Amino acid sequence: MCLAIPGQILEVIPGPHPLALVDVSGVRRKVELALLDDPAAAGEWVLIHAGFAMTRISEQAAMEQLRLLTMMGEEPA
Amino acid sequence: MKFVDEFRDAGAIKQTAAQIRRLAGSGRHYRLMEVCGGHTHAIYRFGLKDLLPENVEMIHGPGCPVCVLPMGRIDDGLAIAAGGDIIFAAFGDMMRVPGAQGSPLQHKARGVDIRIVYSPMDALKLAEANPARHVMFFAIGFETTAPSTALTLLRARESGIANFSVFSNHVTIIPAIRAILDSPDIRIDAFVGPGHVSSVIGCRPYIPIARDEGKPVAISGFEPLDILQSIAMALRQLNEGRAEVENQYTRVVRWEGNAAALGVMDQVFESRPAFEWRGLGSIAHSALRIRREFAAWDAEQRFAVPGLRVLEPEAAQCGDVLRGVRKPPQCRLFGNECTPERPVGALMVSSEGACAAYHKYQQV
Repeated sequence: MCLAIPGQILEVIPGPHPLALVDVSGVRRKVELALLDDPAAAGEWVLIHAGFAMTRISEQAAMEQLRLLTMMGEEPA
Repeated sequence: MKFVDEFRDAGAIKQTAAQIRRLAGSGRHYRLMEVCGGHTHAIYRFGLKDLLPENVEMIHGPGCPVCVLPMGRIDDGLAIAAGGDIIFAAFGDMMRVPGAQGSPLQHKARGVDIRIVYSPMDALKLAEANPARHVMFFAIGFETTAPSTALTLLRARESGIANFSVFSNHVTIIPAIRAILDSPDIRIDAFVGPGHVSSVIGCRPYIPIARDEGKPVAISGFEPLDILQSIAMALRQLNEGRAEVENQYTRVVRWEGNAAALGVMDQVFESRPAFEWRGLGSIAHSALRIRREFAAWDAEQRFAVPGLRVLEPEAAQCGDVLRGVRKPPQCRLFGNECTPERPVGALMVSSEGACAAYHKYQQV
């Protein structure tokens, strides 16, 4: 139920209820944008749940996380 | 896939597992609860349990909305649909969940109009496409799913779609965690917190669990590296005698949560005084009902709800498994009378149920 999948926004479709065309592992699908905290743009990654983009995925935070993980492995016990 | 493959990197996984072994080197027994059923599945799917030292025990939590729903609610929803020639729409996860009178799928075989939807918006579209019929969306889920139901109700009102309603079984995670902590027979040292629920509610609601109950919380993503890193974070807190809320899943979870999602939830839902959970009993303020101003779209206010209270199958020990007192194979029915093909309890059905995870990944 709480599982969500990452997708990349290809195009924002404007309107009273904006939608986005999203690429999810090569499959294109339309998702609702109304539950995102702030407007999303093409090229950005979002986490999709039950037809809604729920949150934007921060690429910067992901990189930072991976960097910390590498450091953690080197630290003495 | 981006944001997936990097967090499944074998080298980094080995490194983090080695880190966990070092952190658990004292030999003390650590009992960590992964609250979310999605985490339970990832732990078994990726064989993470085999990477953990024996003294780090993972206890499976109640974060599976299908599993914690008492049978009577399913029977109530199906009775409304069957009695009123109503289209019963629900997520696929619900379809094989047994009620006392059978599952939605078995009701379909008996002629009840049961439809699988991927999104509550699809249920609303179904109502638009079938103006002569009533469509009831059987809504389940924690705070991850509740905002999409709420937004769908707002759209129904905006478009004046009258032949649509929601039967809300939405539940909230914090009261469930508190109920676990209040159970005298459960001992948990720390929590691996649910990532996607937290993307909505943020990190702050867990502070009392850390500060007042002294239980570290590490909010976690769903890839193998995420989960291992969260386990390491929780172990480090325990070793250092800290109890804080830490956010491992920073690429998705913000400290303050998702204001837009919380806003629509608050507009449409209010807290129920109490709600019955399978395995945990009645928990105060643990579920969401639809506000009175949306009564026209609330199946519970619109139709007569039978209010069925059904005794759980006596031999099944779903409640004990849900509370983490018993592991799935320790249930008398596991794998013989209760299988994914012929489930007795919901934990064997749901893609987030602990029994389904064990059955799928442990027996190969």
